[in-house]
Amino acid sequence: MTRDTRAGRTVLPPEQPSIPQRSGGTGAYWLYLLPGFVLLLVVVLIPLVWNAYLTFTRWKGVRAPEFIGLGNWQKLFSDEDFWTSFTNSVWMILAMVVVPTVVGLIVAALLFDVIGRKFGGRVGSFLRATYYLPQILPIAVAGIVIGWIVRPGDDGALNQILGWFGIPAVDWLGQMPSAVIVLMVVMVWVQIGYPVVVFMAALQRVDPELYEAAELDGANWFQRFSAITMSIIRPEIFVVTLTCTIAALKVFGPVYIITRGGPAGATLVPAYYAYQEFFTKRNIGYGATIATVLTIVVVIVSIVFIRVQNSIERKERAGL
Amino acid sequence: MSATTAIVTGKPGRARGGMTRKRGVDWLLLALVVVGALLVIAPFYLVLVNSFKSPVDYANSGPLALPQELDLTGIVKFWERVNFPQKVWNSVFISGIVAVLAVLISMLNAFAIGIGRVRGRTWIVLLFLLANLLPQEALLYPLYYMFKSVGLYDNVWSVIIVFTVIQAAFGTYLLSSVYGTFPKEVLEAASLDGANRWQILWRVVFPISRPTLSVLLIFFFIWTWNEFLIPLTFLASNDNQTVPVAISVLQGDRLMDVTTTSASALLGIIPTLIFFLIFQRTLTRGITAGAVK
Repeated sequence: MTRDTRAGRTVLPPEQPSIPQRSGGTGAYWLYLLPGFVLLLVVVLIPLVWNAYLTFTRWKGVRAPEFIGLGNWQKLFSDEDFWTSFTNSVWMILAMVVVPTVVGLIVAALLFDVIGRKFGGRVGSFLRATYYLPQILPIAVAGIVIGWIVRPGDDGALNQILGWFGIPAVDWLGQMPSAVIVLMVVMVWVQIGYPVVVFMAALQRVDPELYEAAELDGANWFQRFSAITMSIIRPEIFVVTLTCTIAALKVFGPVYIITRGGPAGATLVPAYYAYQEFFTKRNIGYGATIATVLTIVVVIVSIVFIRVQNSIERKERAGL
Repeated sequence: MSATTAIVTGKPGRARGGMTRKRGVDWLLLALVVVGALLVIAPFYLVLVNSFKSPVDYANSGPLALPQELDLTGIVKFWERVNFPQKVWNSVFISGIVAVLAVLISMLNAFAIGIGRVRGRTWIVLLFLLANLLPQEALLYPLYYMFKSVGLYDNVWSVIIVFTVIQAAFGTYLLSSVYGTFPKEVLEAASLDGANRWQILWRVVFPISRPTLSVLLIFFFIWTWNEFLIPLTFLASNDNQTVPVAISVLQGDRLMDVTTTSASALLGIIPTLIFFLIFQRTLTRGITAGAVK
């Protein structure tokens, strides 16, 4: 970004603190930031820089790291597992962002507009709580529940249900693409409650009079939904897609518990791949490189999201 | 999953009018949403049913049937093997201390940023936000090495320190915007009465923002409870593990039969269910009250 592209932004004068000053000036407030900042420095900033340094080294965790320049970075490009891990991130985004957002929007709209209004708010909030339940389950526990349901052989719960329809037992986690599909289904299950709850809250902001006016103008339910609802709850849609995308890129627990990256590395995700390099293979430099790439991707995605959101908001305001 | 939940306080929604006439299509849509909800809770049903079966019962009747008689061996076996009360205590201890410390630090940071309006506050907030967005893997090895060299490896305090910082990073981001809109008149009045900053923070800002702080406290507790990667890496010995780690470690144990696995999941779900029942309102108020300011 060059300076010129930002020229349009107005620079506000620095605000005064909310408490009138008698002595010390704003500088004294730094004291309040001190504990938090020292902790941030020690636990986040220093390790982050250190990790970035490690990407230029070969290190087994004992003795001193050996500086090897760009070796780890070169290795990335020809490393098939690395590319598999990022391809799997795309599947995770599908399962944790796209499906939950779309389905969550539909479920929230149904709960709010149909069930809440026609069957009472209690039914609506009870169902909302049900959808939300997997969200507060530790991911480790969720992983074990699912891993156990899809276990191979006739006594697995899923295989037994399929057996009723005469479908032979499947070794779900032992082959592709079913192993990735299982992971995806788990993530949809875990994630679905979050957009439902957030969108339902957002729907409360929609003024019913807008609907009534649109109805009088002859707009059908779908037209009303896309023209009114979607534009009013767009901030929530942004927050949900951004936070879920970041979570999808960082996914670790379910892979560690359900598939351990298997079969044969087919369900690797970047976070698990880095973990494996750190603690199983003891290639710390290479693990650090994968973790750094992941960090860069997360930061870029966040910046792009926020910029797009801001530009849409600006356009909207200009249009009003 | 800490990254997937955003909390911001906001106004409660307006109540809608009473119930209206139901048409056939409404019943159909209700059925659709109920089927979806049943699919969501189906795994919970399976866990509940199979935790009370004997292995023989499971082998004979399969995973879907109700138990023929209540059998507690799976639960007892798991309870004893992992020393479950100790794991629950570790989780409560870690999550509780993290929640309190992280709220405290968030409040101090947000006081300086939101009310003190320190210079460069936008960048400071972004810096804290970054700490929360980062994949933990990018800190993992240096932290592992640091804790090993200071003797905090395999010590619950290592996990407490890390999560205090990570949760406080989110808390700072959130509270700064809340404190940024703190009523100025109240602060000025306190200042005229002769209160200094420290007194204003504790006697005015803290009591007024207590509802937001308590929502943060509950979220920090639950998020820390559910964390997996860092406790897995830093809490190696059995005595220090948290509930999720203990359950997953035992998972690799070949001696575990299916009913014990199911029982382990059941015992892992129970604390969560208890939080859910106690804090349902706070939770939904927290996430619902508009994920966006």
